Amino acid sequence: MSLTPQESEYLEKNIGRKPNPLEFQIVAAEWSEHCSYKSSKKHLRILPKGGKRVISGPGYDSGVLDVGDGYVVTVHIESHNHPSAVEPYGGAATGVGGVIRDILSAGTRPIAIFDGLRFGNIEKDNHARWLFKNAVRGIADYGNCLGIPTIGGEIEFDECFTNYALVDVAAIGFGKKENLIRNRAEKGDYVVLIGGSTGRDGIGGSQFASDKLEAENRSAVQIPDPFIEKLVIEVILEARNQKCIKAMKDLGGGGLSCAISETADAMGVGIELDLSLVHKREQNMSPSELMVSESQERMLVITDIKKLATLKKICEKFRVPYSVIGRVHTDKMMEVKLNKKTVAKLPSQIVANAPLLDRPSSKPKYLKSIEQVKKPTTPKDLSKTLLEMLSNPNIASKHWVFGQYDHEVGIRTVVKPGGDGSALRLDNGKFLAAKIDGNSKHCYINPREGVIGCFDEACRNIVCTGATPIGMVDHLQFGNPEDPEIFWTFTESVQAITDYAKYFDIPCVGGKVSLYNETDSGPIKPTPLIGVLGLIDKKPLIPKKIENDDVAILVGITKDELGGSEYYEYIHGLIGGKCPVVDMKNSKKTQDAILDVIKRDIVKVAHDCSKGGLGVAISKLCITNEIGCTVSIEKIPSEKLRLDELLFSETHSRFLLVIPPKDEKKVMTLLSKKGISHGMIGKFSGSDISFQEKGKTVTSVRVDKAQEKWLNSLEGLVTHG
Amino acid sequence: MKVAVIVFPGSNCDRDMHHVLTDVFHLQSQLVWHTDALPKNIDAIVLPGGFSYGDRLRAGVIAAHSPVIKDVKKMAEKGMPVLGVCNGFQILVESGLLPGALLKNTSLNFMCKWTEIIVKNNKTPFTNKFKLEQRIPIAIANGEGRYYADEQTLKSLKKNNQIVFTYAEEVNGASLGIAGICNKQGNVVGMMPHPERSAEQIINPKNAKPASLIFESLLNTLGVTA
Repeated sequence: MSLTPQESEYLEKNIGRKPNPLEFQIVAAEWSEHCSYKSSKKHLRILPKGGKRVISGPGYDSGVLDVGDGYVVTVHIESHNHPSAVEPYGGAATGVGGVIRDILSAGTRPIAIFDGLRFGNIEKDNHARWLFKNAVRGIADYGNCLGIPTIGGEIEFDECFTNYALVDVAAIGFGKKENLIRNRAEKGDYVVLIGGSTGRDGIGGSQFASDKLEAENRSAVQIPDPFIEKLVIEVILEARNQKCIKAMKDLGGGGLSCAISETADAMGVGIELDLSLVHKREQNMSPSELMVSESQERMLVITDIKKLATLKKICEKFRVPYSVIGRVHTDKMMEVKLNKKTVAKLPSQIVANAPLLDRPSSKPKYLKSIEQVKKPTTPKDLSKTLLEMLSNPNIASKHWVFGQYDHEVGIRTVVKPGGDGSALRLDNGKFLAAKIDGNSKHCYINPREGVIGCFDEACRNIVCTGATPIGMVDHLQFGNPEDPEIFWTFTESVQAITDYAKYFDIPCVGGKVSLYNETDSGPIKPTPLIGVLGLIDKKPLIPKKIENDDVAILVGITKDELGGSEYYEYIHGLIGGKCPVVDMKNSKKTQDAILDVIKRDIVKVAHDCSKGGLGVAISKLCITNEIGCTVSIEKIPSEKLRLDELLFSETHSRFLLVIPPKDEKKVMTLLSKKGISHGMIGKFSGSDISFQEKGKTVTSVRVDKAQEKWLNSLEGLVTHG
Repeated sequence: MKVAVIVFPGSNCDRDMHHVLTDVFHLQSQLVWHTDALPKNIDAIVLPGGFSYGDRLRAGVIAAHSPVIKDVKKMAEKGMPVLGVCNGFQILVESGLLPGALLKNTSLNFMCKWTEIIVKNNKTPFTNKFKLEQRIPIAIANGEGRYYADEQTLKSLKKNNQIVFTYAEEVNGASLGIAGICNKQGNVVGMMPHPERSAEQIINPKNAKPASLIFESLLNTLGVTA
């Protein structure tokens, strides 16, 4: 727990004296990178945050979007990387818990969870497999118990995550606009701590997460209790319905130090609390332990004298512990007492706003040459290569994962996980689509184009359900920001996200920065994650069964863009080459055209063509529909490419549409009229996935064989590996 | 006609069940907190799915000792239709209203998927609109869903026509592939699959009509003409 000499000096200057040890601890927790965003905050200001649907308010922990008819959707994203790398079950589970409480803080009911998981090479690395298995179980046990469906996500394995884990959780909430918590407080209001008791778990968790992972600090990992969280959700929503909540904040990183200082600062008031009143699970906890404990399942609620009794009654009904720990004042101070004696007193504005840093940045040297590598030679047997690609853990079916998540509870899940985006029905007759995407391999080779690609891919996935993007969240994960080359990749990513968001008019409604993601073996590759929400006014595209003679139309041009592709990295062990580049103008035009075609109700399936390229995209459609397909490669709109490049290039802005034969012409004409490159590349039938050149088969695999590889590879690794 | 949906601490399919009963099948349904007395004028009781008491100790065992269970037992004895779904089934078993036990799935994992069940008894208040052997595409989601009973109990279940649903495929290692059973009188039915997740076409990836017959059977039993 520490402050830099400059920070100590700044603190002393601003409070006019030396802080006592407890005050020092409180400030150190709040000024950690994790809580204060001191490295990143200045750079994040460029992200476009406004929009016609965006509702902003003081102290909101989640983004709020108006979806019409008096309803709002809330969204937030968090990670729990350091804890999950040490204790994957508890780390991942409490990661879910934390983001759920952010959604709850706005006064909305959590209705969906997404997760993005990253581990080392699970084919070779037992430890990575152990982390993976237990993180999945942690998320499943927590989310399932809460009755919040986990409806999507993505998983990536890469050697850069060896001995580490990235566990990102995004959550979506839904509610009435009139029920949003306004976050206002007046002198004399009561400060109530509701939920789990405070213990010695998660002590200093935010500082632990603000440094490189060196030692396994298990006491910094929080202990999950989903049953209490479920009860807290019901208490808070009932209290909201009975208008008992004037302001609210979740207790997360930095514990009480962070919650109290940020709440007081956001509302421009003072808060006085007495630590002896906090309900605890352990005896003899010191004031500083109580102030920085990150024990889970706790909410801070501000209510007034008229509603305090009702609030207590609701807690008692659900048998959720609570304690009235303090009062609101007008002096803008946070005053901490122990048995009525003041032990710390600081201006909340100072505590909640760490001095921001200007970190130096410089373009990493490796970027000069990484895109200019010698192309690998084409494998002799591409059929075999295709099967290898399908059993690649990054591509193989993730049903072992999402089958453990209850993705149906809440009966909203209209477009189910396992395909492109997922979609939920809302109470106003509309549908909400969502997807998160990341790609450390692309982002390493080209930080700017890589993250734009992730953004584009998430949008494409949303578009495949028939939705128009309405908002995004980002989660920026990098190594040590004190390294100028790493910091450059961070600023480059923020600029790229800003450019895409502005061009597509998609506001950034929330996000998170996670730095210091590194171990003794080095930093992770830059791994920004993008989550996109979309709205469907009338009817979502629920994928329909593909039948004989249905046609496959490929939209978009396939280019020589194999850098960071699964083909280069998994098959050839080659890191480098030209990263796919999104042409924003063309991508926007293509997405609009696809949405237009989908609205005409003639598309059976719209599928994004990304990881693993066209070869994998076609195979996945064949496997999940148990039908063959014959593709004529000369019909693929493309630059002049080799066969392996045509099959596995990961060029963006491409879609595969499956159309019944009778509507083929209609779709082709429509796309031509809109000036979108496309080709009718093949027909579904038979039991082989085959690629033909001038009528001659050049690559062919049997659907059942492909299915066996794709379905069982990942499950086989975790259950028998 | 009024249906009570009992809410235990940790129930999480209560609102889904309430929605389907009220908005889809136009029955009056009321959520009843587990420490409250059952309303007087009810005609049927549903114990919804979820994780009552966080599945601590054993799924359903703590909720089986909730105050409301005494009332549920009384009404069940009087012949009132009672349906327990998923955790509700586990609670019915733990409270002794239904025989047997629910164990961890053979995969040892929570499993959420779509499957098919087959109607084996079409005389209960929740199955009287089905044909025998009719198949129902339905959602399952549980960790402790493997029905188990000893030989003696299984024999008597068969003899008394208490097996209501079986799985059409091997799902979790359940004895005789049992997905749902009833008591001897036939008015108390417990099932692991979720009819409330399966009775609306928009969320059922196959065919929602068969699953909706579970609710239409209840309407039929209660004398409501749909």
